[in-house]
Amino acid sequence: MRVNVTINGDQRQADDVWEGESLLYMLRERLGLPGSKNACEQGECGSCTVYLDDVPVCACLVAAGQCQGREVRTVEGLAAGDDLDPVQRSFVEAGAVQCGFCTPGLVVAAHDLLRRVPEPSDPEIREALAGNLCRCTGYEKILDAVRLAATRQASGAEAR
Amino acid sequence: MKNFEYARANNPADAVRLVGDRPGATFIAGGTDLLNLMKDGAQTHDRIVDVNGLALTDISHGNGFLRVGALARMADVGAHRAVREKFPVVSQALLASASPQVRNMASIGGNLLQRTRCGYFRDTGSACNKRIPGSGCPAIDGENRGHAVLGVSDHCIAAHPSDLAVSLIAVDAVVLTNGPHGERRIPFGDFHLAPGDTPERENVLTHGELIVGLELPLTPAAAKSQYLKLRDRATFEFAVVSVAAALDLRGRTVNDVRLAFGGIATKPWRSTDAEAVLRGRALDTATIDAAGRAAVHGAIPRAHNAFKIDLVQRALSRVLHELGGVR
Ligand SMILES: Cc1cc2nc3c(=O)[nH]c(=O)nc-3n(C[C@H](O)[C@H](O)[C@H](O)COP(=O)(O)OP(=O)(O)OC[C@H]3O[C@@H](n4cnc5c(N)ncnc54)[C@H](O)[C@@H]3O)c2cc1C
Ligand code: FES
Ligand code: FES
Repeated sequence: MRVNVTINGDQRQADDVWEGESLLYMLRERLGLPGSKNACEQGECGSCTVYLDDVPVCACLVAAGQCQGREVRTVEGLAAGDDLDPVQRSFVEAGAVQCGFCTPGLVVAAHDLLRRVPEPSDPEIREALAGNLCRCTGYEKILDAVRLAATRQASGAEAR
Repeated sequence: MKNFEYARANNPADAVRLVGDRPGATFIAGGTDLLNLMKDGAQTHDRIVDVNGLALTDISHGNGFLRVGALARMADVGAHRAVREKFPVVSQALLASASPQVRNMASIGGNLLQRTRCGYFRDTGSACNKRIPGSGCPAIDGENRGHAVLGVSDHCIAAHPSDLAVSLIAVDAVVLTNGPHGERRIPFGDFHLAPGDTPERENVLTHGELIVGLELPLTPAAAKSQYLKLRDRATFEFAVVSVAAALDLRGRTVNDVRLAFGGIATKPWRSTDAEAVLRGRALDTATIDAAGRAAVHGAIPRAHNAFKIDLVQRALSRVLHELGGVR
């Protein structure tokens, strides 16, 4: 089947898509966007987290046909060129990346949290990131990164 | 996953026909359970009918009812103000389910029809009476820590996984459907089926019958309700045991009460016996304990899940002490 979908602001079309394919497969294998990672393919780990119509979902649990006519924003769509999003910069600076496999999904989930809750408490951060597992178990630094991004956004907002 | 045809429904009648016409067809809403089952091979379909285009996402209240469309997402219903205020048990059950990503995608209708997490059911290499009737139930003498102690049969002891369903049976919800034989209103207590001799049948829906929504009566008990879910980790896990309670007190006396349980039964489990122990009595620790004993009366423990019988009574006790302000 043919799937038309807006990805990171661009209208994209994929042809000869197999009905059983996931959005994650389409992104990685057909549309040249390997940022979202494929780990469990069961909705258990969040490595594949992308925005679908502005809410984070597991791309591995979205059938190709379900995204027809909808809007997807992937981790590649967060930065403006080389200018990283504050969440991305904070992950780098806090040392929240070990093997990096969980990072894209966590960045999207944390990005969404900070849009909704600019100054989250630790329990709020934990609950919002509960769907994202880090196999390297680097959760302390990941929490540091989210706290840093929140502070950075708050001071950025004041500067403006 | 086997090949299948992907169709889109433009209205409920279309959806009912597209599935009703074909024995191997089924609906897809969020897809968060269906796609996993199809990937595992636990379920196969030759046609998937996408119902996401149907206008069934509204949440509204008035005339003594809250109405929730079948395609409303778990996240939206859980966070909705009227749901939080009038049906805290439902909001709490939803927000304690799955992960934010899954709740953003998954629908209310799909949640009620999600299938058991029994490992033998999901593994096509195992026998399972639910998946292949007559093949046997390896859980009865096997790995059964997560399995049910109530509503079980010699053919199946799989626990029902939905948190939402447990909360809905505690607020007398009604399931609204549209099917090949017209519209129906199904009281929640009649919706799911215990396994008996036909564990492959999990609810009373006929093939092609579409859930269009839910109706929840606004009651004083529902407005004072609570969901407690005990899991193996703090969050993002299915219930080991769970309790949904709705309580209307007049002074210290129980005027109205609903008690329902998850993790311990083969279907969302309401205990009218436990409710009867409390109704009309003063709420104190002794009555609460008696209600707990009534709730688990007749439970059948297996090698690894007997602990649930004690655990669920302690969970019930905590909820009723908290809700009723009993010290
Ligand atoms: C990692 C993970 C963790 C989870 N944890 C929990 C948890 O802790 N608690 C919990 O309760 N659940 C949990 N779930 C289950 C989740 O809630 C369900 O997968 C979800 O609610 C299903 O909704 P859906 O819209 O995605 O359904 P789908 O997968 O689209 O459909 C499920 C079934 O319902 C049928 N269906 C869907 N909509 C309709 C309709 N309107 N009318 C008739 N039939 C319909 C489909 O044909 C299919 O058979 C978890 C799921 C995952 C993946
Ligand atoms: S790959 Fe999608 S949740 Fe793990
Ligand atoms: S950094 Fe390796 S999985 Fe998280």
